[in-house]
Amino acid sequence: MTEADPSIGRRWPKGVGRTRLRSRQTPPATAMEILWQAILLIAIAGLVGGALWNASGSLAEQGVASGFGFLGHTAGFDVSQSLIPFSAVSTYGRAFLVGLLNTVEVTVIAIPLATILGFIIGISRRSPNWLLNRVAAAYVEVFRNTPLLLQLLFWYNAVLAALPAKALESLHLGSVIYLNRRGLALPQPVFQDIGGAWLVVAAIAALFFLTARLALLWRARTGPGFPHRSTNLLILFSLPLAFCLAVYLTTGHSPILFNIPVMGRFSVDGGWQLLPELVALLIGLIFYTASSIAEVVRSGLAAVPMGQYEAALSLHLPPGKITRKVILPQAIRVIIPPLTNQYLNLLKNSSLAVAIGYPDLVQIFAGTVLNQTGQAVEIVFMTMAVYLTISLLTALGMNVYNRRIATVEN
Amino acid sequence: MKARIYSAALAALAMAITPSWVNAQESSTLAKVKARGELICGVGTGLAGFALPDSDGNWQGLDTDYCRALAAAAIGDAKKVKFVPLTAKDRFAAIQAGQVDVLARTTTWTLSRDTANGLDFRAVDFYDGQGFLVRADSGLKSAAELDGASICLTQGSTAELNTSDYFRAKGMKYKPVTFATSSETVKAYESGRCDSYSNDSSALYGERRRMAEPDKHVVLPEIVSREPLAIGVLQGDSQWSDLTAWLHFALLIAEDNGITRDNVDTYLTSENPEVRRLLGVEGNVGELLGVNKDWALRAIRAVGNYGEMYDRNLGSGSPLKIPRGLNALWSKGGLQYAPPLR
Repeated sequence: MTEADPSIGRRWPKGVGRTRLRSRQTPPATAMEILWQAILLIAIAGLVGGALWNASGSLAEQGVASGFGFLGHTAGFDVSQSLIPFSAVSTYGRAFLVGLLNTVEVTVIAIPLATILGFIIGISRRSPNWLLNRVAAAYVEVFRNTPLLLQLLFWYNAVLAALPAKALESLHLGSVIYLNRRGLALPQPVFQDIGGAWLVVAAIAALFFLTARLALLWRARTGPGFPHRSTNLLILFSLPLAFCLAVYLTTGHSPILFNIPVMGRFSVDGGWQLLPELVALLIGLIFYTASSIAEVVRSGLAAVPMGQYEAALSLHLPPGKITRKVILPQAIRVIIPPLTNQYLNLLKNSSLAVAIGYPDLVQIFAGTVLNQTGQAVEIVFMTMAVYLTISLLTALGMNVYNRRIATVEN
Repeated sequence: MKARIYSAALAALAMAITPSWVNAQESSTLAKVKARGELICGVGTGLAGFALPDSDGNWQGLDTDYCRALAAAAIGDAKKVKFVPLTAKDRFAAIQAGQVDVLARTTTWTLSRDTANGLDFRAVDFYDGQGFLVRADSGLKSAAELDGASICLTQGSTAELNTSDYFRAKGMKYKPVTFATSSETVKAYESGRCDSYSNDSSALYGERRRMAEPDKHVVLPEIVSREPLAIGVLQGDSQWSDLTAWLHFALLIAEDNGITRDNVDTYLTSENPEVRRLLGVEGNVGELLGVNKDWALRAIRAVGNYGEMYDRNLGSGSPLKIPRGLNALWSKGGLQYAPPLR
């Protein structure tokens, strides 16, 4: 194919990375080209401006309220799950925040898990183990080829149907953890000293950073690796424990109290409640996105020349190490751009939450608030702006990472 | 769901790209409907008694019958109706953007909808109130015992606010679980996700009939809100809102005078002055409303009087068997009242 089309050969000479391509000069634009571009720009700006002007005009004519003043009005409705305090007397602006945080929560939990699962499946598909790669292939085909909405409804109904309906029949662990159709109730730790807790977190982060640096120095000086994984684990567990012990010894009371769930009249109350809607949404998004990520990973692995693998094999590296140290670092450059796409899809797909009753941004803000205020234009605009902003931020982060690993080549 | 955001966005877009001078030129909805030769009626997505397609695909219900009557009055043919099913969430954007001419979609007349949403409500075709459906084996006898319960609600309905108000007023707590459409809400309630399903009581009766085991569920006696379900039109078009209101009144007056779908033609020779004005035998009522003088005659021929519509869809002639209650005529102690037709 490359022989038949010489231009491809010219644009992508063997062994030249994208850095070469980027430095290629674009010819200077002619005056005519600039003129046409300017006319197009003005036409588009005019169209957008005219549309806005018309919308505000016709809204005013129909007597439909407009503007963003409604954000300060009392919402009057309740939501099932909120990361910040919210009640019926809170404002629409706060309802917006609640929805935004719930959307972010789902995305932030789902992306790392979908990535891990996707990598495992993607690598398994390249495995010489027949059973493993067939199972991985079946997984990808099933999850990638059925609609996500259907999968969400399946998980939601499957999750609900599998659990006991009545609070009294809950599956439970002692009298502290309960599981039924209303969700999972866990003891909620309540930190008595928030400042102290943050201090511990900061100290752990600082120590992690320090050990990473030390490990590099250590390796440079002595050769063998520094056991930083076990060191990190030690820090992670010993520091909070030491802090708790210190507080207990000096003040005489526990630094963490637990809000234990109790059996209420209708359901289990108190503690930390994980709603079945959230669980179903997470499972659905993770499994669905992982199938696409697996394909991205597979294509990335396939892009690494066979010679790399053979060279590593001839050095007698074990298969696990070949994948981790030789193949993946090269594949990751091909993987990152389409992976970014999958992350953005996950974020946007989280808006399907409304079908299974999870209070995300679309459900709360573009749903209930829109209906109560009737200000479709403002609310749809704000909702789209939020998705656009989060998407652009995600893409920005991934592009920065991509640039870092891409330039390693030169 | 995605489709819903798209439709809301589309409505917003439609509003944005429709030049305002077009609105000014065709400000009269009645003229538009006549020119089009078809009434576009926004109805529910499937609620027994109000708007639900039967096995042949024909829409049945009080709301859809009202649309047929309106088409008969405005265009002269009850069949010239296009029914557009709208979710609770999409309905206002749809009428604001002019996608539908009239909203006959179990819409509660509230102050904010009358003002900020840019609608007008004049004809209340069903006086409803919000209630609670619970499982019979829960032993609940009153809504006051629902403290701490999980309640399944449909998004975008007045139910969300009413429930919140009711529990706040009583100093009780509850956990809302909100879904986009009523079928999802009902399914979640049936699967045991919630202790109660709350909606307009007429809807509770209708939904209960569609459940797997209707006998296992009871509607609690409390009615916690006033829900006048009214016909909504875009505000600022009084000719159109006059017609929608007076059509409803005409059907009430017909019932009060004993005029039915079957006997309406015999009343053409009636000596009763109000009946003569109603049926266009004398006076110029139709002309004042901007329609043909036989507007009410055609409407009654198509769907019958209000009482017939009620019985057929909600009352004794239907599987729902909802008593007339507040929806009886003023002369029978109900709230359905018509101003004088002259």
